[in-house]
Amino acid sequence: MKNLWLIFTKYNAFFLFIVFFGLAFYLVVRNNTFQRALVVNSSNHLVGSAYEKINAWKSYLYLSEENASLAEENAALREQLQRFTMPDTMIQGVVNDTVHHVQYQYIVAKVTNNSIHQQNNYITLDKGRKHGIERGMGVISSSGIVGIVLHVSEHFCTVQSLLHSETRISAALEDSQAFGSLVWGDNYDPRIGTLKDIPNHVKVREGELIYTSGFSLFPPGILAGKVVQTGISGGDSFLDIKIELSTQFHNLQQVYVVKNVLAAEKAALESQNDDNG
Amino acid sequence: MAKVLLYNIARFVVLLLMQVFLFKNIGYYNLATPFPYILFILLLPVGIPNFILYCLAFIMGVSVDAFYDTLGVNAAACVALAWSRIMFVRITIQTDHYENYMTPIWGTVPFRWYFLYVLVLALFHHTVLFSLEAFTFHQFHYTFIRILLSCIFTVIIILLFSLLFYRKKQR
Repeated sequence: MKNLWLIFTKYNAFFLFIVFFGLAFYLVVRNNTFQRALVVNSSNHLVGSAYEKINAWKSYLYLSEENASLAEENAALREQLQRFTMPDTMIQGVVNDTVHHVQYQYIVAKVTNNSIHQQNNYITLDKGRKHGIERGMGVISSSGIVGIVLHVSEHFCTVQSLLHSETRISAALEDSQAFGSLVWGDNYDPRIGTLKDIPNHVKVREGELIYTSGFSLFPPGILAGKVVQTGISGGDSFLDIKIELSTQFHNLQQVYVVKNVLAAEKAALESQNDDNG
Repeated sequence: MAKVLLYNIARFVVLLLMQVFLFKNIGYYNLATPFPYILFILLLPVGIPNFILYCLAFIMGVSVDAFYDTLGVNAAACVALAWSRIMFVRITIQTDHYENYMTPIWGTVPFRWYFLYVLVLALFHHTVLFSLEAFTFHQFHYTFIRILLSCIFTVIIILLFSLLFYRKKQR
């Protein structure tokens, strides 16, 4: 206490300054309308910006619901688009329809190189940039999904096979329409894949067919495989389902490269989702 | 002692009246407005207790504010001035060197010191005054120019005053 008093007396100039200046400042704010308005405004501004910050943080908490609703909207839009596409996915070439857009075009290609025994398998096709192939296109065969175009040269392209540790393809169960990611998983059997991220509550039966969901590069409804083992739990709330792939990778000859005419539009639409997030 | 008190009371009244009736009407557009009333605070005796100095500065500021319809602005500036005066005196003067009731005016103190004293304290006062008056950082350069020009104006008037009452004191 004595020391405190000593400090006060020693630095009395400063403390008296604080007291008197505070008094004067109080008078300023209280009696001058301009300053008062500014003080009130700036405090309002403070409060407002604080709320803004809080809301910005809170919006992250509702991100998944937001994403779900946007995905739903996307699905609805996709369904509408689907009405204007060709129903027969096996047709080759382009149908020039000036009234309706064709969403998917198919380019026939021959497999010139193939591997199934590596951990990351690649396929080489005999069509390239000259034939309109671009990076990121999906590749299917008559029996199922093959992979995604990785590199394109003038006359050839390489495909990141489904038998690749980083290939993920959106696929849906036939009955429940629940969708997840089709991956090769950590096995080395070219006939077996894994369907991940299917919620636990979804009822899966053995032998159920898996189709592409249409959410990724591939047209919806292409056969991907069938369930051979259900209920392998990868985490707490998702199933890892063992899939027998329908694609015969070991004797792959003829494939179709899927050109999604509306891919750019879809990407643009989905990039808006990112903006909102 | 009584003489010093009398002088200061007279200075208070005269400077206040001159400020509110004369200098209030003088100015260079809105850019340079002189506030020579701070001379009252500057010329208070060197050894004045801090509390009394603050009180007098506050009263002077509030009195000017009353005429300017800006209650508190000049008072705050004067309080800031009083504080800077205490600091300035503490740094530049050994108190026992001068007698306590000495008025720090040109003639009793060297001109160089006096000029610096007036300049620094006026700058301090005007900075607080105009900042509080503007009360925003919007168009800060305008406030800054006002501070500088007004400060020069005030210092010139104060020096003219001092010249008027200049008397070489025998020490």
